[in-house]
Amino acid sequence: MNAPAAIPVPVPLASLPRHKPGSVAMVDWSKLSEPEGRRLRELGLDEGVEVELLHKSGLLGGGPIACRIGRMIVALRRHVASAIHVSPAA
Amino acid sequence: MNAAPLVALVGNPNAGKSALFNALTGARQKVGNYPGVTVERHAGRLALPDGRPVELLDLPGTYSLDPSSPDEAVTRDVLFGKQEGERLPDGIVVVVDATNLDNHLRFTLQLAALGLPMVVALNMVDMAERDGLVLDAEALERELGVPVVATVAVRKRGLDALKERLGEVLKAGHKLREGAGAQHDIVVLQRRARQIATAVTVSETAARRWTHRIDAIVLHPVAGPIILLALMFIMFQSVFAWAEAPMGWIEGGMAWLSDTVAGALPDGFIRDFLVQGLIAGVGAVVVFLPQILILFAFILVLEATGYMVRAAMLMDRVMASVGLSGRAFIPLLSSFACAVPGIMATRTIADEKDRLTTILIAPLMTCSARLPVYTIIIGSLIPERSLLPGIGLQGFVLFALYILGIVGAFCAALVLRHTVTKGATSGFMMEMPKYQLPRIRDVLLGLWQRAEIFLKRAGTTIAATVAILWLLTTFPQAPAGQKQSEYSVAGRIASGIEVVVKPIGFNHDISLALLPAMAAREAAVAAIGTVYAVDNPEDAQGEATITENLRKRWTLPTALAFLMWFVFAPQCISTIAVTRRETNGWKWPMFMIGYLFALAYVAAGLTYWSAVALGL
Ligand SMILES: Nc1nc2c(ncn2[C@@H]2O[C@H](COP(=O)(O)OP(=O)(O)OP(=O)(O)O)[C@@H](O)[C@H]2O)c(=O)[nH]1
Ligand SMILES: [Mg+2]
Repeated sequence: MNAPAAIPVPVPLASLPRHKPGSVAMVDWSKLSEPEGRRLRELGLDEGVEVELLHKSGLLGGGPIACRIGRMIVALRRHVASAIHVSPAA
Repeated sequence: MNAAPLVALVGNPNAGKSALFNALTGARQKVGNYPGVTVERHAGRLALPDGRPVELLDLPGTYSLDPSSPDEAVTRDVLFGKQEGERLPDGIVVVVDATNLDNHLRFTLQLAALGLPMVVALNMVDMAERDGLVLDAEALERELGVPVVATVAVRKRGLDALKERLGEVLKAGHKLREGAGAQHDIVVLQRRARQIATAVTVSETAARRWTHRIDAIVLHPVAGPIILLALMFIMFQSVFAWAEAPMGWIEGGMAWLSDTVAGALPDGFIRDFLVQGLIAGVGAVVVFLPQILILFAFILVLEATGYMVRAAMLMDRVMASVGLSGRAFIPLLSSFACAVPGIMATRTIADEKDRLTTILIAPLMTCSARLPVYTIIIGSLIPERSLLPGIGLQGFVLFALYILGIVGAFCAALVLRHTVTKGATSGFMMEMPKYQLPRIRDVLLGLWQRAEIFLKRAGTTIAATVAILWLLTTFPQAPAGQKQSEYSVAGRIASGIEVVVKPIGFNHDISLALLPAMAAREAAVAAIGTVYAVDNPEDAQGEATITENLRKRWTLPTALAFLMWFVFAPQCISTIAVTRRETNGWKWPMFMIGYLFALAYVAAGLTYWSAVALGL
C-alpha cells in the first residue's frame, strides 16, 4: 500500500476547527455507553459520513457542542464528541 | 369487520406528524418545533376521497423501532399491537422531513420492512425549497417502491393526494415484501438511505445559513446564557407589566355583573350566595386570565421557534451538575405553565431514574395557577417602587419567587440523585431543529385552548370550591360580636389547621385558604376574598377590597411565609394523579407529597422567623 502522504491525521470532532467539514474516520464506540452508541448511530453517525463542528457552548470548554451529521444538526456532550475521529477534508 | 381501518402516523421526531394529523382530522394536537412534543397516542377520524372513514393515530416520533425512552415505546407498542385492547394498524403513513432525508429515510426503510400498507408523506417541502433543495418525489417513489406524496402539513398542501394514495394502498391490503426482507442492521440501512437521498436530490444550493447565524449568537459561550436569562426575566416581568390593563377590564366586567345581579334579585340568601360567593370568588380568579395567557404566549413562541433545544443545550452543564440532563429542561420549562403536561413530557427522558427525578421536581416550577396568589400578595404587600428604569420591585419579587422554585428544584434533584433516585444518567444528545417563525395562527389557537381550559376550570372546580366554601363560611351565623370567618364551620376547621401552621406565621385567613387551595391553587385567592366578604358583607367586592383587607390584616412576615409555602407545597391533585399514572403506583406520589410539604413548612417557617427577626 502506498498511501499518499497527504492523508490528514484524524482529529476528535470536538477539536476540529469550526466550519471545516470532514468525514468520520473512526468512532471509538468503546468510549460510549451502549445507549449513547445506539442513539448516535440512529442520528446517522457512521464512518465516512460528513460532519462539521458548528458551535461550542459553555465557557472553559464545558457545555455540549452542536455539530452537523450529514444534514442533521445534533447537540452532543463533549465526551461523545471526543470519541468521534474526523479526517479533515483535504 | 366494519370497523374503520386503523392508520398510524409514524416517523422521526419533529417530522410534522402532529401538524399533518391536525390538517387531516381537524384535531388540535400540540405542534412544536422540537423533538418530543407528542408523547402519547391520539386518535382522530378522516374520510378518504371515496367516503370511507379511517381512524388515524398520531404517535410520538422515534428514530427506530428500538425505543430508548417511554414515549418511543408507545410507538413501538402500537405498531406491534402490544398495547392491550388495541388492534394492529392496517396501514401506516410515514412522515419524513424533506430537508433531512438521509436520516428519515433510514427509519422509513425499517418501517417498510414491516410489510404494512404504507404511504410516505414527503413533508416540509416548503422548507426544502427555502433551503435550495430540489427533490424528485417520483424518483423517491420508484426507489422505495411505495407511494410518495409531497406535503406541507402546516399549509394543508398535498392532503388530497395523500388521502387518495392511502385509499389505494388500504384497498390493496397487506402485501409482504419480496426480496431482502427485514434488514435490521442500522448501519446497512443508513447507507442505503443515504444512497437513495442522493439519488432523489435533483439540485442543492447552499442557502441555509439562517439557523447557523442565529445559533452563533444564542449558543455563544458568553452571550448565550445571558440571552437565556434575559428571556426568562422579560417573560416574568411582562406577566406583571402587560397584564394590568386587561385585568382592569375584566375586573370592571365582573363589577358590572355583580351589580346587575345584585340589582335584579331581592335581598336574601340566593343573592348573597351569587354575589358574594360565586361571582366574587370566581371573579377573583378569572381576572388573572391575561397574566396566564401572557405566560403561555411566551412559552408557545419559544416552543414554536426551535429555541427550546438551544436552551436545553445551554442548560445541560448546570443540569448535569445536579445529576440531570439538559433534556429535562424542556419538561421543566413547560411546567411553568402547568406541571401536568410537564410531567407527561418527561417521557422523552431515556433513563428511568433521571426521569423520576425530573417528575419529582417538576411541581417546584412555578405553575400558572400560582400566579394569582403571588400577584395578589405581592400587589398588596410589596411596595410599588422601581428598582431600575423599567424594572419594578413587584416584578422583581415575582421573578425571585420563580428563581427560588428553580433553585429549590435543583437542590432537591441533587439530594434525590444521591439518595432515593441514585443511578445512571441519560446523557445529552438531541437533534436541533431548524428555526422557524412561529405561526400566529398556531400560537393563537394554543392560547385559545389555554383560555378555554382556564375558564372551564374557573367555571367548574373553582366555582364548586368557592360555592362550598361560601356555604361553610356563612353557616352557622355568628352571634353579634363574633367574627363570622371564625364562628362558621369553615372557620372552625381552619382553627384546627391553624394550630399546625401558627408556628410558621400563618394566620386564620391562611389556614382557611389552605384546604380549597388543594382543589385548585387559585382558589386560595377566592377563599381569602370570601373571608373578607362574609366578615364585612356591606363592603364592595372585588380585588380592591381583598387588597385593602390584606394590608389591614396581614403582616409582611406572614405574607412572605405564605408566598414561600406556595413555592414549595404540593397543592394540586391533578399533579399527584399524573405522577401516580406516570410512575405506576402510589409510592412516588406519596414521596413527592411528603418531601414537598416538609420543604414548604420549613421554608415558610424560616422565612417568617427571619423576617420577624429583621423587623420587617
Ligand atoms: N415549514 C413547514 N413546517 C412544518 C411542516 N410540517 C410541520 N412543520 C413544523 O414542524 C414542527 C414540528 O411539527 P410537529 O407536527 O410537532 O412534529 P411531530 O412529528 O409531531 O413531532 P414529535 O411529536 O416531536 O414527534 C412544527 O414547528 C411545525 O409547525 C411543513 O410542512 N412545513
Ligand atoms: Mg407530534
